[in-house]
Amino acid sequence: MNFGFTEEQNMLREQVRRFMREACDIPRVRELMSTDSAFDGNLWKQISDLGWLGLVIPESYGGLGLKWVDLTVVLEETARGLSPLPLASQALASAAILRCGSADHKANWLPTMASGESICTIALYDEPNWISPDAITLTADAVDDGYEITGVKPFVPDALSAQYYLLAVRGPHGLALAAVTRDQLTVKAQPIMDRTKPTGSVSLDRAVIPADFLLPMTEEDLAYLTDVGAVAVTAEMVGAAEAALTMTSEYAKERIQFGKPIGQYQGVKHRLADIYVDVESFKSLLYYAAWTVDDEPTELPRAISLAKGYASDAFARIGIDGVGLHGAIGFTAEYDIQLYLKRSKWARPMYGDSDYHLDRVASLGGL
Amino acid sequence: MDFEYTAEENAFRNEVRDFLKQNLPPKPERGKGFVTSWLEKVREKGWVGFSWPTDYGGSDGGLIEQAILREEMALAKAPPLGTSFMGLAWVGPGIIQYGTDAQKKKFIPDILDSKVTWCTGYSEPNHGSDLASIQCKAVKEGDHYLVNGQKIWTSGAPWADWIILLVRTDFDVDVKHKGITCLLVPMNAPGVEVKPIENMAGDRHFAEVFFTDVKVPVENRLGEEGQGWMVTVSALANERSSIGEVTQMFDKLDTLKDLVRKTKKQGKPASEDPKVRRTLAMFEAKIAAMKYNGLRYLTKQIKGERLTSETSVNKLHRASLEIEMDDFAVELTGQAGLQLAGGDDAVDGGSWAKASLGWPNVVIGGGTPNIQRNIIAERILGQPKD
Ligand SMILES: Cc1cc2nc3c(=O)[nH]c(=O)nc-3n(C[C@H](O)[C@H](O)[C@H](O)COP(=O)(O)OP(=O)(O)OC[C@H]3O[C@@H](n4cnc5c(N)ncnc54)[C@H](O)[C@@H]3O)c2cc1C
Repeated sequence: MNFGFTEEQNMLREQVRRFMREACDIPRVRELMSTDSAFDGNLWKQISDLGWLGLVIPESYGGLGLKWVDLTVVLEETARGLSPLPLASQALASAAILRCGSADHKANWLPTMASGESICTIALYDEPNWISPDAITLTADAVDDGYEITGVKPFVPDALSAQYYLLAVRGPHGLALAAVTRDQLTVKAQPIMDRTKPTGSVSLDRAVIPADFLLPMTEEDLAYLTDVGAVAVTAEMVGAAEAALTMTSEYAKERIQFGKPIGQYQGVKHRLADIYVDVESFKSLLYYAAWTVDDEPTELPRAISLAKGYASDAFARIGIDGVGLHGAIGFTAEYDIQLYLKRSKWARPMYGDSDYHLDRVASLGGL
Repeated sequence: MDFEYTAEENAFRNEVRDFLKQNLPPKPERGKGFVTSWLEKVREKGWVGFSWPTDYGGSDGGLIEQAILREEMALAKAPPLGTSFMGLAWVGPGIIQYGTDAQKKKFIPDILDSKVTWCTGYSEPNHGSDLASIQCKAVKEGDHYLVNGQKIWTSGAPWADWIILLVRTDFDVDVKHKGITCLLVPMNAPGVEVKPIENMAGDRHFAEVFFTDVKVPVENRLGEEGQGWMVTVSALANERSSIGEVTQMFDKLDTLKDLVRKTKKQGKPASEDPKVRRTLAMFEAKIAAMKYNGLRYLTKQIKGERLTSETSVNKLHRASLEIEMDDFAVELTGQAGLQLAGGDDAVDGGSWAKASLGWPNVVIGGGTPNIQRNIIAERILGQPKD
């Protein structure tokens, strides 16, 4: 029994922290935020060289063959500094290929994803607030030389930086993931309030993909991809929420009102304590969920729904109170706490909000 | 990260399970002498005071085995391993850490054998959360202390044999917790008077305890004079794995789900009500969080790291769940939920109603939520003290 991290994982965490501090600090993040894609090829190259893009890709396909717990460490730490790099998208796309792809797909696509040469994203649902196979409406129709797709996939994460897209579609034989290249579609920025999470719609106009670019996806596959998506997002929530807590807690020690640091007033310190309780708690739930991905997959649905169900509302509240406890300065564009508020709003519906996940917990628990 | 247990740990778990299979009959079949023989058997196994040193009758049990033991006992809904909860939880560990050899010989075996029960005399009428400013007075006169003052909320005082008592031996100190001393006092000593207090659930568990010129031999002082704060607070800080509590709470959640399944709300099955489903799921999330927080902290301890005050996190969850789960059941079942045992329409024998009046045991008894929040904010987050 050991619910902690290994020496290697602790070193990985240190490595990511150093990277964020030295190469991708908040001033740099803010520069990237002002562009549509928020992408930086140089930083992408660096993290490719560090191996982070191939963490969960098996060694036989050029990755490091590690586990989701390791990936969680990286996502937690990059999100602590609000990195806008499309790391989670790349990881989820590789998870999808590992799950739904053939041996050829894996051999052809995964090595360049692990090395960072290709940048890939994945988009599942066509409705922004509905997690269900029914929320996939884009269709792929059989034509002579493959499948033809016409329509729009909205709110695709990292749509502007990606070169390859895995789009969930309804094909002639059921659900599938269509592998589409950048030149086959039109990308349009869909700016959302969190500019560190660049989002866009992709539209396809009679785009034809080769027959073997349609990867069959069962409803179980879809559920799995949604669940690991939620693991990735919740890992990012842990890092970002902890950063918001640290920032607010440090501010409370320094800001003097009525002759005392505001952290001495219980209205402030007790809220900070409650935030600590929440972050500790959804962190523990998330670590367990991340562990189940590789080691106890049958437990994944319940484990991640407990974590994301708890985290979605808790982090949203932390974002709001983080700003509130700073007073007016927290409301300024210049101060960083507001960026975390926006991140919390982004994270809340991603791969299911608390209503979705808690209702699933109830169902899985026999209600 | 792994949740595997070693072969020895699994063997230990099986040993506990086998023991329970053989020695724990279902409740209705437990005859008159059951508790006595149960206590003897678990004692023989070395499971009472399991983590205490073997020299003092314990088993030197490791942290993981201890957690396994607690978990299995809770899963089987086994009775406690001794009749003196406080004796086992903090009096014993306190004596082992600070007691003289004579005190260890005198007190430890009786705690392990359930021959004596202990109560805890810390709180006073004017000093609850602010425990360090207690006023109950002890003056040293030759070979004994003369104690005068009052304690209150002393759980189990009406039937306890001994009390672990905090007294003030020095009123002239710069830091208030410096003048505090810990004494071990028999409840039948002349001058000790117990007045039970009825609580809102109708029980008379706790009491006022008055001390009038009570003579306590110096040899019954635990630790040095003025060391009482450290002796008791560090004994309280003897944080234990919460796995037993978590198991009980999962069990309670299951019972709550059974209730929901057989209850209608606005004429429809309550189990279909979105708010009901969400509430139960959030209970589950918090209990699961307690479980995995607990395992994370246990892992830290196994690695030899000291916990600061992380366990306050689970105490806060426990406090809110303790209030909310029973209250939810009572609200769900309307007027019927308000009937106590014996009521003609009482729900589940009135057990939810009764439990909904019992939360102060947990929520106030072990340090209030506000005090836990202070602890987290000050000791973990480094906020200035009030
Ligand atoms: C069922 C039960 C069993 C008990 N058993 C024992 C026992 O066996 N032995 C024993 O010695 N004691 C026992 N106690 C007493 C218990 O330890 C005290 O009740 C507890 O420490 C709180 O003290 P108080 O009741 O005086 O409340 P107070 O300290 O007066 O607190 C009243 C309210 O003020 C709040 N408050 C106090 N200080 C602060 C602060 N600094 N910041 C913010 N809020 C604050 C509290 O949170 C509480 O809500 C028991 C209590 C209960 C309910």
